[in-house]
This record gives sequence, C-alpha cells and structure tokens, in this order.
Amino acid sequence: MDGAAPVAGRQEWLSVLARAPDGRLAELSEQAAIAVPFDWLRRPEIGTVMVRGRTGATGAPFNLGEITVTRASVQLPSGEVGHGHVLGRSKTAAEWAAVVDALMQTDRADAIRAAVLDPLAAAMAATTQVRAEKAAATRVEFFTMVRGEDQ
Amino acid sequence: MNALQGGFADPPRDAAHAFRAAMGAMARPGTIHTVTGVTPPAPLSVAAAVLILTLCDPDTPLFIAPSHDGPALRDWITFHTGAPLAGPADCTFAVGPWDALLPLSAYAIGTPEYPDRSATLIVEVPDLRAPGTRLTGPGIRDAAVLPLPDAALLATNAALFPLGIDLFLTCGADLAALPRSTRIG
Repeated sequence: MDGAAPVAGRQEWLSVLARAPDGRLAELSEQAAIAVPFDWLRRPEIGTVMVRGRTGATGAPFNLGEITVTRASVQLPSGEVGHGHVLGRSKTAAEWAAVVDALMQTDRADAIRAAVLDPLAAAMAATTQVRAEKAAATRVEFFTMVRGEDQ
Repeated sequence: MNALQGGFADPPRDAAHAFRAAMGAMARPGTIHTVTGVTPPAPLSVAAAVLILTLCDPDTPLFIAPSHDGPALRDWITFHTGAPLAGPADCTFAVGPWDALLPLSAYAIGTPEYPDRSATLIVEVPDLRAPGTRLTGPGIRDAAVLPLPDAALLATNAALFPLGIDLFLTCGADLAALPRSTRIG
C-alpha cells in the first residue's frame, strides 16, 4: 500500500497485533504513551472472517468456521495509513492495532517495536511454549508389533 | 496515495438512507433523489460514490469507465467496498460518463431463466433537471420526464424486457433511475 514498510515486516507486526491476547495491546500501548492524534478512515467495526483449512494440512481447502474479527483504519496527520484487524470484539484493540501499524511506518518504529510489539511477541511465544510443553508431557508412544499377516 | 477519507461517517445509517434513495429512484423512474455523506476522489460525483458505497461489495464486480479510472479512485473503492474491478462483460455495476460506458452490448443483460444476472450502469450525466424524454410504465402515474443521454438506444434496451440493463443517472448529489421496464418516448 504505502511502500514505506517492506511487506514482510508489516505482515509480521500485523500478525502479532491481530493475535495479541485480549486487553494486553491496549495495556502496553497506554503504558508506552504512544497515543497520537489521528483521523478515522474506518471506525471500528465487528464482523466475521471465514477460516479455511486444508484436509491433512496439505489437501483440499475447506471452510473450518467463522471467527469474530474487529477492524479499524486510521490516518496520522503526517499521512501514514494504519489498518488494524484483531481477533475478538474489542474496538479499543482494533484502534490501537491501527495506530501501532501507522506509527510503525514512521521514524518512531524502533521505539514502538521495543515498547509494544516485542513484549507482545515474547508473551505469545511463551504461551505457545507452555502449551506445547504441556501437550508434549502427555504424549504417548504407540508401538505396533509386527504380527506377520502383512508379509 | 492517501486519499482514503471521505467514506460514510456512520456506515449502517448512511447506507440505509442511501439505499432508500436508490430504491425510491428505481421504484419511481423519473424522480430525483438527493444524497449526501461522502466526499469521493475526483472525478466521481457524490451521488455515484454513494451508490457504489451502498450497492457494491466483494460479490459485485465493478467496471470503472476509462475516463474515470485511476489509482486514487481504485484505492478508494477497494478500501471502502472491497468490490473487485472487472471489465464490462463481467461486471455487475459500471460507473462512468455515458460515452465512456458504450457500447451497451458489452454488458450482461441476464438470461431468460435469470434476468437479474444483468449489469446496472451508474451513468454520470451533466444535468438531470433539464427537459428531456417522456417516460411511462411501472412506477409512473401518468408520465415522467428525464433527460436521457441517448433515448433511441435506451428504447432498444427497454424493448429487451424482461432482459436488459438498468441505469442510475447521477449528477452531483442528485440521482435518478431508469429501470429496463420503463417505456421511453
């Protein structure tokens, strides 16, 4: 869209913002005092997005189900456009996600990344790690004895 | 690049008002309805922009006539509606001045089984309140008058009924409609 940020980098931070745990994004943003004046391009609105999966992870696509998503778009006085899409129904989170996305395209990007994005990403990675460890602890190895009938 | 402002301030309410105007215009051909609420990028008129924001969504391909086409307008329409852009043959809606939208044979007119699978043209006209062609038919008590861009060509479109295309005519903030059921002249 704006050419200011490489697409890969923008995808990465938008992904972190979209999946941020409920309330955490607003909390961090307020702590970091990153609030800036902005104009609404799209006020927060709540809708659903169809999640698609693939059978066996690689096969034919199918519709898994809908998830609730809130989106918002803002424009900073300097012209940067930020889009926020977040899971859930939090309009505040969508607003903060859009503001953070817009600010990440300015020269404040490094400060914002350190104050907001890195803590979020770290917290989410930790949650994933804990869940993976819990799941791994319950893992059962199955062995099948060869009984000879397939020979 | 950043000309994304100017959509509906309160989309559900504004779109409902606009839809009411569009429906009233279609139901009573020849009546002129005034709509507001958006500031589109040039050269799109307010009424045409209101119709696009109200009627278009990701399921309705839109054709922008070459004279109106441009990155600013494309970005604006994509941001606010998500409508895919298409050529005249595949579009559900088309927008532009009359000359740039021709020929009419390029647009879908529906099939006998599905006459609704036709295109709706949003035609930018220079004047809606000038004296014009006499219209009769469903939704018109005695006769209505509307300045049409090309009455003879539109009469051949009306002769295709129940097939054919439908027209919205827009000028500034005013809009009127000419459904295929209206008899011309």
